Amino acid sequence: MSATSETKPVKKRQGVIEHTLSDISHTLEQSIFAEDIARQRGLLQSIDPRVKVLSMVALLIAVGLSRSLAVIIGLYLLTLVLARVSAVPMSFFIKRVWLFMPFFTGIIALPALFITPGPTLVQLPLGLMITRTGAMTALFLLLRVSTSVSLAILLVLTTPWNSVLKALGVLHVPDVFVLILGMTYRYIYLLLHTVNDMFLSRKSRVMGRLSGAEERRLIAASAGTLLGKSLHLSGEVYLAMQSRGFRGYPRTMDTFKMRALDWACLIGMLLVTGIAIWLGSQGTQ
Amino acid sequence: MSNEAVFDFQGVSFAYDGKVKALEDASLCVEAGERVAILGSNGSGKSTLLKLMDGLYFPNAGTACAFGAALTEQAFQDDAFNFSFRQRVGLVFQDSEVQLFSPSVWDEVAFAPLQLGLRREDVVKRVDDALVSLRIEKLRDRAPHRLSGGEKKRVALASVLSFNPEVWLMDEPTAGLDPRSQSWLVDFLIEQGRAGKTVVTATHDLNIVDSIADRVYVINEDHHIVAQGTPGEVLSNHELLIACNLMHEHLHRHDDRSEEHSHPHIHLPSHEHLTA
Repeated sequence: MSATSETKPVKKRQGVIEHTLSDISHTLEQSIFAEDIARQRGLLQSIDPRVKVLSMVALLIAVGLSRSLAVIIGLYLLTLVLARVSAVPMSFFIKRVWLFMPFFTGIIALPALFITPGPTLVQLPLGLMITRTGAMTALFLLLRVSTSVSLAILLVLTTPWNSVLKALGVLHVPDVFVLILGMTYRYIYLLLHTVNDMFLSRKSRVMGRLSGAEERRLIAASAGTLLGKSLHLSGEVYLAMQSRGFRGYPRTMDTFKMRALDWACLIGMLLVTGIAIWLGSQGTQ
Repeated sequence: MSNEAVFDFQGVSFAYDGKVKALEDASLCVEAGERVAILGSNGSGKSTLLKLMDGLYFPNAGTACAFGAALTEQAFQDDAFNFSFRQRVGLVFQDSEVQLFSPSVWDEVAFAPLQLGLRREDVVKRVDDALVSLRIEKLRDRAPHRLSGGEKKRVALASVLSFNPEVWLMDEPTAGLDPRSQSWLVDFLIEQGRAGKTVVTATHDLNIVDSIADRVYVINEDHHIVAQGTPGEVLSNHELLIACNLMHEHLHRHDDRSEEHSHPHIHLPSHEHLTA
């Protein structure tokens, strides 16, 4: 730290990086690790996770294949109904999908409004025009993505993450992949807290404003330290696994049991999917 | 107590990456059913010794034997040897974060029985028994990272208890635990000893040594085993404990002696320290 930087008055502020890391940490904890909704009593919470995973994949295929807006809208409405009967707060569920939609899918869909050839829907200044075909293309994209995201969010909100991972076995996802995903999930939390602690520790010892170069140097040093810590941690975790009999090919086990309700749900969802695919193939874009 | 040697280490040395010395010329013998404490300050090589005993590291020099067989990388290539050894020896790591790598407590406790190829019903029974035994049934679906330090330690113990090893290797078991969890853990180790298990505990907590060990090895800061004896013999050798950085001397008061004085001591509630 330079002498001048030490004497500069300190303004109460939070650095962009600290703020971002803190937000990422908070959001991840809320979105992945908080299992409040998954512990509620509701329809989807009482269904076998394997049924939910299979149903979600089937419905995602139906959404992707559908050439009918009405079918996609129908499936979206189905997600709302399922959310409602599964104690998922509606405003939270809808906002979670639609707040991010303009930033991600909207940016991709926007050019389609203008560049897709077709009959004019709206004439704009400077010779620009929105075509009917372009509007339909953008609408299809937005609805497909929002319905698909809603289905995925519904699964994650109503199922503990651990059960989601185990249920992937029903799709014949290899055990080693499930194990790695599970460990990633578990250690992201630890590393996020380590990063937060590192930045708080730095903050408690910085007595002035740092120059951009000094900030960059400290961030690079922190990144290096974190990498070193995570490497050490991964080595120790591997030893702990070896110590308990791990030989490079993991064995996992689920304790799921199919009940009458689960079979009924599975059959119902597959029927809905079949009908949606058939109806969707009748429509035209 | 049987006289069969569980561990027989002769002149064992180990260095990380072949450069950073962690253990020098260590010789020790642990018999079946014995309770042994490895005393040493931070960085003396206690954890490394336990990892050598668990066949996770292998000596750079000297010989390390367990149950009469040499612990070598080649030996562990053999599935039968690996299976037999892993089933008989369990290591509880100092840092529970390292040991608890599964997404739920149930999965964590089931990990070893599953890797050891037990049948589904046996796995379920062993996990349930371990959870009940450590009174953590209510935590079964919880994520390990959401638990308190004491709960994490119980889960780490359950993850080893589920395969019921003959030998427990404990690395700094009381580190970072509150007093209630510490005393519970000491009771757990005493129970294991009474059940005829071999218990090797690495620690620098002199307060628990008398309760958890019948024999003590002391490692100094140069990574050598410099003494062995009964807890009474070792704990009364203040010169040795000060030399190995396990005891210190500074001004303090006793409950029953109000004037300031100084002598070598370990930290007990009846000591009031006057200088840091």
